[in-house]
Amino acid sequence: MARLLYFASLREKINSEQELLELPQNVIRVDQLKDLLAQRGGRWSEAFSSGSGLLVSVNQQMANDQSSIQNADEIAFFPPVTGG
Amino acid sequence: MYISVQTEDFDVAEVSRQLCGKRADIGAIVTFSGLVRDRSEAQNLLALELEHYPGMTEKALEAIARSAYDQWEIDDLAIIHRVGRLERCANIVLVVVISAHRKQAFEACEFLMDYLKTQAPFWKKEITRDGESWVDAKASDQQASERWNI
Repeated sequence: MARLLYFASLREKINSEQELLELPQNVIRVDQLKDLLAQRGGRWSEAFSSGSGLLVSVNQQMANDQSSIQNADEIAFFPPVTGG
Repeated sequence: MYISVQTEDFDVAEVSRQLCGKRADIGAIVTFSGLVRDRSEAQNLLALELEHYPGMTEKALEAIARSAYDQWEIDDLAIIHRVGRLERCANIVLVVVISAHRKQAFEACEFLMDYLKTQAPFWKKEITRDGESWVDAKASDQQASERWNI
C-alpha cells in the first residue's frame, strides 16, 4: 500500500487528507498515479489533470512526474508552496 | 544549527543570544523576521492560517540550511517557522545567521529566505472579514530563488 497525502487547497478541493492505496502493477511513476486519480472524475479529474501545477513529493523528497513510485512509499501532492 | 516548526511565538533577541552563546569569534549576527501583513486594499485581513507537511517540512529546512553552510562561511544558523493561526502583525518566520563577517551572514540569510519560500512545504491561507482564500505562489519569489544557481 502507498500512503497518499493531500495538502492545502488541493486537500479542500478533493475533500481528502490522506488515504492508503494499493498501486496497480502498471502504476510505477508519478504521472501514472496522477492519471489514475484523475479517473475518479469530478474534482479529482480537475485537480490531477495535466497542467494543474501540482507539486509532488515521494518519501518527503521533492519529486516530479517521472519519479518512480512503489507500494510502501509516502506520496504527497500539493500546490506551489507559500511559506515565509 | 537550530530548526523549529512551531505554533509558539519567538523572541528575536533571545534566539540570537542563544545562537552566539559565549563565542568570541562571531563578528556578525544577521536576522530576518517575516510578519503577518495585510495585503488587502480594504485592510480587512484578520489572520493567516499556516499549514505545513509535518516531517517533510523539517527535512526541507535542514536541506536548505546545509546548502547555506556549503556556500558561505557561516558559523551557525537558526530557522524558526510558525504554523497554525497567526493574527495580524504576528511573527511568522525567523532566520538568524552568525558569522565572523557580515557579508557572509547577509548573503546566507537572504539565500535561506529565498529558498525557504519556494522549497519548504508551507501554505498560507488568508482569513478576512469576507471569507478565506489560499495565497497564490508568486513568480517573483521563484525568480529570487533561482538567481542563486545552487
